Amino acid sequence: MLLVVGLAVATLTLVPLGYVIATTADLGRQEAVDFLWRPRIGELLWNTVRLLIAGVAASTVLGVAGAWVVERTDVPGRGWWHGVLCAPLAVPAFVNGYGWISTTHAVQSFPGAVMVVTLSYYPLVYLPTVAALRRLDPAVEEVATSLGRSGWSVFTRVTLPAVSPAVLGGALLVGLHLLAEYGALQLLNYPTLTTAILQQYATVFNGPEATLLALVLVTFCLLLLGIEALLRGHRRRARVGSGAGGQPVRIRLGRYQLPVLAALTAVACWALVVPIGALLRWLIRGTSTHVDLAELFDAAGTTLLLALLGGLTATVVAVPVVWLAVRHRGLLTTAIERSVYTASAMPGIVIALALVTVSIRTFPSLYQTVVVLLVGYTILFLPRAVVSVRSTFELVPPGLEEVARNLGCGGLGVARRVTLPLVLPGLAAATALVSLAVATELTATLLLAPLGTDTLATQFWSDASAIEYGAAAPYALALILLSIPSTWILGSLSVRNSK
Amino acid sequence: MKTLRTAVGLTALSLLVPALAACGDDEPTLVIYNAQHEQLLDELAPAFEKETGIKVELRNGSDLELSNQLVQEGDASKADVFLTENSPAMSQVEAAGLFDELPSDVLDQIPANYRPTSGLWTGFVARSTVLVYNTDDVEESELPASILDLADSAWDGRICFSPTGADFQAIVAGILELEGEDATLDWLEGIKANGTTYDGNNVVLESVNSGNCEVGIVYHYYWARDRAESGDVSDHSAQYYFGNQDPGAFLSVSGAGVLASSDMKKEAEEFVDFLVSEKGQQIIADSYALEYPLNPAVSLDDDGVKPFDELQPPQVNVSDLDSQAVVDLMTEVGFL
Repeated sequence: MLLVVGLAVATLTLVPLGYVIATTADLGRQEAVDFLWRPRIGELLWNTVRLLIAGVAASTVLGVAGAWVVERTDVPGRGWWHGVLCAPLAVPAFVNGYGWISTTHAVQSFPGAVMVVTLSYYPLVYLPTVAALRRLDPAVEEVATSLGRSGWSVFTRVTLPAVSPAVLGGALLVGLHLLAEYGALQLLNYPTLTTAILQQYATVFNGPEATLLALVLVTFCLLLLGIEALLRGHRRRARVGSGAGGQPVRIRLGRYQLPVLAALTAVACWALVVPIGALLRWLIRGTSTHVDLAELFDAAGTTLLLALLGGLTATVVAVPVVWLAVRHRGLLTTAIERSVYTASAMPGIVIALALVTVSIRTFPSLYQTVVVLLVGYTILFLPRAVVSVRSTFELVPPGLEEVARNLGCGGLGVARRVTLPLVLPGLAAATALVSLAVATELTATLLLAPLGTDTLATQFWSDASAIEYGAAAPYALALILLSIPSTWILGSLSVRNSK
Repeated sequence: MKTLRTAVGLTALSLLVPALAACGDDEPTLVIYNAQHEQLLDELAPAFEKETGIKVELRNGSDLELSNQLVQEGDASKADVFLTENSPAMSQVEAAGLFDELPSDVLDQIPANYRPTSGLWTGFVARSTVLVYNTDDVEESELPASILDLADSAWDGRICFSPTGADFQAIVAGILELEGEDATLDWLEGIKANGTTYDGNNVVLESVNSGNCEVGIVYHYYWARDRAESGDVSDHSAQYYFGNQDPGAFLSVSGAGVLASSDMKKEAEEFVDFLVSEKGQQIIADSYALEYPLNPAVSLDDDGVKPFDELQPPQVNVSDLDSQAVVDLMTEVGFL
């Protein structure tokens, strides 16, 4: 039964891939080769690859370092810094790009692109890493220290391996986002395969060429999945007891305290002050600044509703997929779990056009209703949910459920009374993380939403592309405000004591 | 159990939302797939609703997003009217056989060179190609008489443009029609060697104004709108119009057409009629759009924009623009 559901989910998420393959098939083999074997494609591939490597590496380093500082050192104001380090999650990448570009042109370069995407996406690594560090039994690290290991050696030999699944899951998400990122990179004038796909669609009806490039993106995605699986290994992560508990021994920063504080402040300025400052500047200076409150509230309400529905749908869909992958580990279930990632490496327009094509022919009555839109969101953002849900499911020892069953609990009873309370934080985190992505989504919303649906993101782009920056700013600010609750939920869940 | 309940509740909710959205309008609504700037329709659509009592709903997007969507949807499309910023997207939908012929009393309000000979759609506003230049770096007298001169080595490292938008493609289509394939290819290669490419005309404007690039190729209203906005990205720049029927004086036409699959064809035609009528065109002329109305009875009156009758555009008919050839050339040069 569960397997049927899992297969259904996998089929659904593979619909865009099917569409991409079918459309690309229109292209002859020679045509495809000619199109791909050009200097321009080489340039795009090189840009994509180096952004992927540098962006994932920088996000991982920043995310892990931030988490380690907050969880394992005596840096002053740890709680506050935790909030600050989570906060960039509430600032959409394109708003960040827009803030930077209106501050300096130096960001229109490879280092600039790496910096902006890192500042936008490192929280995807930071959050799970903080959570994993918090859950880690400090005794393990203490033992290593008492056996004579230095601080750095404890970190690399004991701490890092223990939190590696969380770090890897986060890094995988960052990688997928970088593959599909468009808005920020367009502003930063950094061409990648995804911006080229959008340009193909924007230039003429170039279906097969655009989907051919999308196939290249899927290849990258498979590569990332392979690397992640390789690094993840097969260790069992669950533990029954909650460990010794207690506070870990915090490393004294001493004379490093000032540099560390300076670095944290720099991250806060670059990731928060720059974009928000730019928005405020436009709000004050632009003559098109006429805040139509009714329209703004309308768009905010729609965004909130869609974000919530999208988050819940993706989370509900993620549960059976993760359950199969964690509890019924096997080739098929792993394949099901991995299949949900393929679509998320492709830009929204490809997913949206796939759903347009499929839904108008198979379910015309559902076309351009919330149902198809939610399916679109689910396909696009399921990996966010899967990663969050998986990180908690892996920690639930099967033994607990077996005990409950021995004590006479039925299947549903076990799920409700034992498993659910244990994984609830993961479900909440998944919902919040997907909601954040849905709130900033643009293309799929434009193409698939019911008529007359205005969200904050669609309004922002409509005004910004018409150079009405003043008019666009309130929507971006509202988007940030609206994202604060989700970010806060994620921030507090990650440091929640799992005792 | 709880998951199950959530799932059931969610399904119910998701079925409820479209029902809610549809609440209260039993009367049929005219569906417009709108790739023009929303601001242009902000006043036009309500004026039309008021005059005719026909309700209008917009689906907004960019030219090719919506034209691709229309082609995918085919006969099943819910759209009644399609509006674009440039003509290539109209030609795409026309080529897919999705438009219905417009009545002659609608077409007659727009001069014949701004609509295709097929009569399947019509232009309703136009934008002029211009150069925007940084006033600290360049004197107006230095600027070339023809856009073709930008391919000369004298402009090496000094120009920028956004080759990947529908706008630039329309400009290249104009050059291709006027100058032929070889000259267009040479020109594209020349400006590629000379210039920086950006993604988006607003980025070009900003780069010119900040001195990152001396001269940019854009449409006239980008600079003019920013003057009207805050002047933040136009205070160190000015714009320059080509004349003498130069390819650089090319006017790109925004199109409007009625979908053959529409079940409200009469109302859709009424909308296009209103769009090209004196009244509708005046509303456009008075709006923030700063685009040129094409009905000769109406003119755009704005300080930042050269008057329509002073432009000296080359004579190009919209149906002669060959977008496939343009894409092939741009792919060959490596812009795409």
